[in-house]
Amino acid sequence: MTVESMTFNEWLPVIFIGIMGLAVLIYAVLDGYDLGVGILLPMQNEDESQRDTMIASIGPFWDANETWLVLAIGILLIAFPIALSQIMLSLYIPVAIMLIGLIMRGVAFDFRAKAAVDHKLTWDRVFKSGSLLTTLSQGYMLGQYVMGFESGWQAQMFSLLSALGVTAAYSYIGAAWLVMKTESDLQKRAIAWTKRAGRATLLGVLAVSLVNPLVNPGVFDRWFTYPLVMFVLLIPTLTFAGFVVNDRLLSRLPKENDRHCRVPFFITVGIFLLCFSGLAFSFFPEIVPGKLDIWEAASAPESLTFILVGAAIVVPLILAYTAFSYYVFWGKATELKYH
Amino acid sequence: MLDTLMLSRMQFAANISFHILFPTITIALGWILFYFKLRHDQTDNPIWMRAYRFWVKVFALTFALGVVSGITMSFQFGTNWPGYMETVGNIAGPLLGYEVLTAFFLEATFLGIMLFGINRVPSKVHTLSAFIVAVGTTLSAFWILSLNSWMQTPTGFEMRDGVAHATSWMEVIFNPSFPYRFTHMLIASGLTAAFFVAGLSAYRILKGDHKQAPRLALKTGLVMAAVLAPIQAYVGDLHGLNTLEHQPQKIAAMEGVWETERGAPLLLFAIPDEEQRTNHFEIAIPHLASLILTHDADGEIVGLNEFKDDHPPVKPIFFGFRIMVGMGLLMIAVAWVGCYYLRRRGELPEWMLKVVVGMTFSGWVATLAGWYVTEIGRQPWLVTGILTTADAVTPVAPANVGFSLALYLTIYVILMWAYIHTLRVMARKAVEVEEFETTTPQKEGTITNLPGATQEGQA
Ligand code: HDD
Ligand code: HEM
Ligand code: HEM
Repeated sequence: MTVESMTFNEWLPVIFIGIMGLAVLIYAVLDGYDLGVGILLPMQNEDESQRDTMIASIGPFWDANETWLVLAIGILLIAFPIALSQIMLSLYIPVAIMLIGLIMRGVAFDFRAKAAVDHKLTWDRVFKSGSLLTTLSQGYMLGQYVMGFESGWQAQMFSLLSALGVTAAYSYIGAAWLVMKTESDLQKRAIAWTKRAGRATLLGVLAVSLVNPLVNPGVFDRWFTYPLVMFVLLIPTLTFAGFVVNDRLLSRLPKENDRHCRVPFFITVGIFLLCFSGLAFSFFPEIVPGKLDIWEAASAPESLTFILVGAAIVVPLILAYTAFSYYVFWGKATELKYH
Repeated sequence: MLDTLMLSRMQFAANISFHILFPTITIALGWILFYFKLRHDQTDNPIWMRAYRFWVKVFALTFALGVVSGITMSFQFGTNWPGYMETVGNIAGPLLGYEVLTAFFLEATFLGIMLFGINRVPSKVHTLSAFIVAVGTTLSAFWILSLNSWMQTPTGFEMRDGVAHATSWMEVIFNPSFPYRFTHMLIASGLTAAFFVAGLSAYRILKGDHKQAPRLALKTGLVMAAVLAPIQAYVGDLHGLNTLEHQPQKIAAMEGVWETERGAPLLLFAIPDEEQRTNHFEIAIPHLASLILTHDADGEIVGLNEFKDDHPPVKPIFFGFRIMVGMGLLMIAVAWVGCYYLRRRGELPEWMLKVVVGMTFSGWVATLAGWYVTEIGRQPWLVTGILTTADAVTPVAPANVGFSLALYLTIYVILMWAYIHTLRVMARKAVEVEEFETTTPQKEGTITNLPGATQEGQA
């Protein structure tokens, strides 16, 4: 079908995959940094106050951040129920593990603040391992998705690689968040973390970008067809440039008056955005690679129209609220108080 | 061996039972907190603020448990009940979607401001966030209960090629059992939170707390319970009448009526026996069941035998119903005696404090019992008349479901222990120190005790 001849009903799935893409992207960035902070928690005894600051820096946000995952899954459930069933069937165990991870970190966050002091370290460990479990399983699932849910050993290896890559990427954005949100010693540490995580992420991104077109012929054609190739190759080029600029900049931080402390975070967000568009470009309009496209998987138009009304009102509002709450909590994390 | 169906049912029951414990508290606790904050804004009396400060911490903890267990819930439909979304997804999807959209986001964003923002935004804005959080939890209950009620009494749809399509969203949302179920659940939440607040406050007083704040909270809880408990019994009665109209087999199971009869007795106790299709050890009040359900001492109640193979298992429903109603009556008694002492003496005698502590989690018991009656009473249907539970289940191997079930159960046991343990720690800590004049432990990180807290107290 051509764009001009599409009816409203045929546009609906496109609109919903757009909202879902937005939710996934925002989730990856927002929950990405707070998962990253969790992974990076230093566990020595003398690090306690730094752990406190790190966790305080994500305190007001993590709950809202996680909600974007609920929205993304919600939309998959509402708009593409058949796709959800197929994906969940293949990812049953990793999903269960991710949920356990999310539970662990969600509760550890609150328990650590309220438990007697002697249990605090335990909850911090739970927080860290929960974060790690979550990112590893998400990365694994991404790998499985890219491999079209194959179960052979190559697919498994690739998925494990992807698990590590995604974990590195979350640490990258988490560390960059800390550079922005903290000061003095902790900030210095965060700068070193960001540099290391950035390099690891670069490796991961390279690996995924090489393997993806090789295993999925459709993806290869899409990327390397003239004349699109000229335009599309901008994505990897910009991504690479982002990594390099960030790395150089980090070597010179912290600067006087904390100048440029926010730049690494926003560059990292840019990198996330680019990688995400790369993936989206590889697969759209398929929702289960090689098996199902968005029109085959979509719910009935009357249901989509009904929920679209709500989404059109609520999603912009939510974006506004989110901006508002970041505005309220602007500034360094040490100033955050929990009454 | 347990098959995938049985394991999935156990997993679903375990997850939703664990999940519902926390929302039942937070829905009403949100309103209680809003009330505390509002009273403080109006009267400037610091005691309201101290009560607020203690309970907002409990709220945050409970909310966190609600959120994480809720995320598990939203995955459940895809992982374990693919047939569910494939058959009724056109209806369940949007209802679940509206829940996510309207409610969670209100909560999730304003919750940050409510919990962390008290010094960053003007007091009015903070009070407003508390209000929005309360509205959000309530709206969340609205949508999810609408869906659940639709599954019990579906209307406003038609079947095309084996898939449900909505014809009228108003009829879908406001299906026949929804108003009753929603009201009953909100009051259930109110009662659960009321006894929870009263119980924990009584515990603090028993541990030697001489401050005003726990007494204020105790009074708030008891008065709230005294008002809500009788209303709940009345609403429950209406709910039962509605069920009699739409799902008579469920009522027959609740009342343990096998043969259709006139002037059916109310069974206070019995042991239903599905093999012999009769009850043992009956203790009954003649004619009362007919009187309650048909408002006529000789009214007819249709028996289970009319439904042969199409009625739910009787025992869990029969006992579940008695546990819930028993709890409801106990709640009325405790709340009224408590209020009587409060009026007469201004405080509770020690034995009464102990009783109230014993009732701390009574709401949980009644709520779970009620849900088991409702949900098991719908079996063998998942959506009454449209889809059976067996047809909806996932083809995943039993071993996988067994594995995830074991994981969930383990983590739930640990979390439940940690939750109750932490509540006790918090209550005991509150006995020693005033909410804001925290002296121990002054480390930067125990977030609750960050330095700023002291200055607020003096303000
Ligand atoms: C009567 C109320 C009620 C019932 C029956 C349910 N829930 Fe719930 N749920 C809530 C009331 C609630 C709540 C009060 O709104 C919670 C508790 C804490 C919170 O964040 O919101 C919540 C949280 C919550 C969350 C986390 C949201 C977030 O990230 O903030 C999810 C994904 C779900 N629920 C999903 C479900 C599903 C799929 C259910 C049914 C099968 C379900 N809930 C039953
Ligand atoms: C919140 C309180 C709830 C509790 C405690 C609860 C409890 C239960 C229990 C015990 C079962 C198992 C019945 C059996 O197998 O005999 C069940 C089944 C089910 N309930 Fe609920 N439920 C609740 C709310 C909901 C809601 C809000 C929904 C839908 C939106 C829902 C959807 C289902 C489904 C899909 C099943 C099928 C699985 C099964 O039959 O085991 N439940 N529930
Ligand atoms: C005291 C008298 C009470 C009566 C007569 C009563 C009646 C009922 C009835 C008939 C149902 C089943 C509805 C169905 O057919 O699906 C029900 C369900 C339920 N009850 Fe009660 N109830 C009472 C007290 C309570 C109390 C004290 C609580 C909790 C604090 C409670 C919580 C629930 C819940 C959560 C459900 C399941 C959800 C629903 O269907 O509304 N009930 N109740």
